[in-house]
Amino acid sequence: MASTEALVTHGLAESDLLELYRRMVLLRTYDERSVVYHRQGRIGTYAIFWNHEAIQAGATFALSGDDWIFPSYRESAIGLVRGMPVETILQWWRGHPSGWWNPADWNVASIAVPIATHVPHAAGLAWGKKLRGLPTVAMAFFGDGATSEGAFHEGVNLAAVMNAPAVFVCNNNQWAISTPIEAQTRAETLADKAVGYGIPGVRVDGLDVLAVYAAAREAVERARSGGGPTLIEAVHYRAAPHATADDPRAYIDQARVEEERARECLGRYEDVLKNAGVLTVERAEAVRKEAEDLLRAGITAAEAEAPADPDLLFRNAYVDPPGNMRNG
Amino acid sequence: MAELTLVEAVNDALHTELARDADVMVLGEDVGRAGGVFRATAGLLDRFGSDRCVDTPLAEAGLLGGAVGLCMAGWRPVVEMQYDAFSYPCLDQLITHVGRYHWRTGGRMEFPLTIRMPYGGGVRAPELHDDSPEAYYVHTPGIKVAIPSTPADAKGLLAAAIRDPDPVVIFEPKLVYRTARGEVPEGDYVVPLGKARVAREGTDVTLIAYGAMVNVCELTADALDVSCEVIDIRSLRPLDEETILASVAKTGRVVIVHEAPRTAGFGAELAALIAERAIFDLQGPVLRVTGYDVPYPYWTIEDAYMPSVERVSAAVRKLVQ
Repeated sequence: MASTEALVTHGLAESDLLELYRRMVLLRTYDERSVVYHRQGRIGTYAIFWNHEAIQAGATFALSGDDWIFPSYRESAIGLVRGMPVETILQWWRGHPSGWWNPADWNVASIAVPIATHVPHAAGLAWGKKLRGLPTVAMAFFGDGATSEGAFHEGVNLAAVMNAPAVFVCNNNQWAISTPIEAQTRAETLADKAVGYGIPGVRVDGLDVLAVYAAAREAVERARSGGGPTLIEAVHYRAAPHATADDPRAYIDQARVEEERARECLGRYEDVLKNAGVLTVERAEAVRKEAEDLLRAGITAAEAEAPADPDLLFRNAYVDPPGNMRNG
Repeated sequence: MAELTLVEAVNDALHTELARDADVMVLGEDVGRAGGVFRATAGLLDRFGSDRCVDTPLAEAGLLGGAVGLCMAGWRPVVEMQYDAFSYPCLDQLITHVGRYHWRTGGRMEFPLTIRMPYGGGVRAPELHDDSPEAYYVHTPGIKVAIPSTPADAKGLLAAAIRDPDPVVIFEPKLVYRTARGEVPEGDYVVPLGKARVAREGTDVTLIAYGAMVNVCELTADALDVSCEVIDIRSLRPLDEETILASVAKTGRVVIVHEAPRTAGFGAELAALIAERAIFDLQGPVLRVTGYDVPYPYWTIEDAYMPSVERVSAAVRKLVQ
């Protein structure tokens, strides 16, 4: 597993492996700093994605820049892999309107707060691009709980029927706040649900970034070549609270959480790279420092921004607003 | 000009708009080969192909959610909900995304989608083929709502909706789909959103309605020896407040008519507008004649539910006695 040869079988050059590492570190740093910023009162309630970085970085690494990403709130910082400024995402969590971006600038849809309702959007975008003769792929992220929602079913089914080039990535961290996966479904695996849509469903270790990448690359290639959508179930474990407002001690076995934390995804990839001679201690330190600097600059920029103008209330609800909008 | 029924005018608008703008596409349940259960989309599949007139799976939330994604891909989707009450699953997408997405992008991405659906009662149909859900839609910020009562307006308002940069919902009064006939301009024809129509001029009482109830108000005006002004508001949002207020200033008496249930129906909004802006013009209370606060009834008793000439007449007499 740890040989350079094995890494090369994934079709990745050394520079790719390091870029993947850089993205994971950036996401990890964003997440860890955000929890601190929340405790310091500098951002609002925050949905933690610690130990989800392998899925987010690995799956999106299979995309081209023209492909679209549809994140849920668990992937709030996924725009970082496309170069979105840190402060934009921090502002989203600070409740500042400058945290809202134009999806077309990054090919990253807005952060979806309601569960699974963005799945049909990914289906529609993929289908709409295909109708225009474009090779664009749409990749949607959602959790295990989302697979119980009607919108998941309707969206994946629509994509399948339209043979839309979509990749549906289920981050199965086995918990929907306090509801365990056993209380969510009787299906043996979530990937099995793909059978009902007539599309491939694959299960992958969500802590192995290269395995996630390989599964996503196969799904993206299939989608782009006209083979339709794929459901990827990336299995791992939620080793942090659902959000900063959540205290999981009431419902989760802390010993299990500690076990999971000990085998978290970033350290695992670091070991792979180090054993393969791709990553040195100095390089790892430099990557980490770069990410920390980005976060420091990001929070500084966010906090330096002028407070939102309350007149924004009336500006963007419509392109062509009704005349009586200011009546309240 | 051609004389068309209301549903033929809808079909004419769709043909005209799909021919005019290659970004416009129609999607829904049974809209393709069948041409829609009311034939509103007839001929589109053969003329524009299966990429632009699409039969979708039977899933209203997925359909509207898919249309959001189609907008992101540069399309102007026209989504048919097969019936008023079948649209309820799509309210999730409407409220959580369709009405918010433009705002959520800081005003930088547009979602020019149109939802159109037959609505309303009186058609002797099974349960949940008869509802008037306009208040749910018009209460949702970010959405515009229009309701035609004539064939010409059915064409012109739908064309305006399709060309509008914001999401627009068009409710088509199915009761008069085939009984409302009238001259409809051929080719490009737009009736701007936000302009009410004075369906009939009068001096004593203002009757305010939309959809199939406009005809009920006109029949009431015919039946009474009271001079009734009938305002067809046509567009619930944006709302043409000035035309309504000008009529109230003239007559001083108002009856609002809709078939949706009474409580928090759009008539309450109109009554509040008049109370806020024109109370000193009034010579009596603002009256409403509406459906009742009950589930839409079995069709053998639906006539007792629907506002009728008799009920509207009684309200008018109460104001002028």
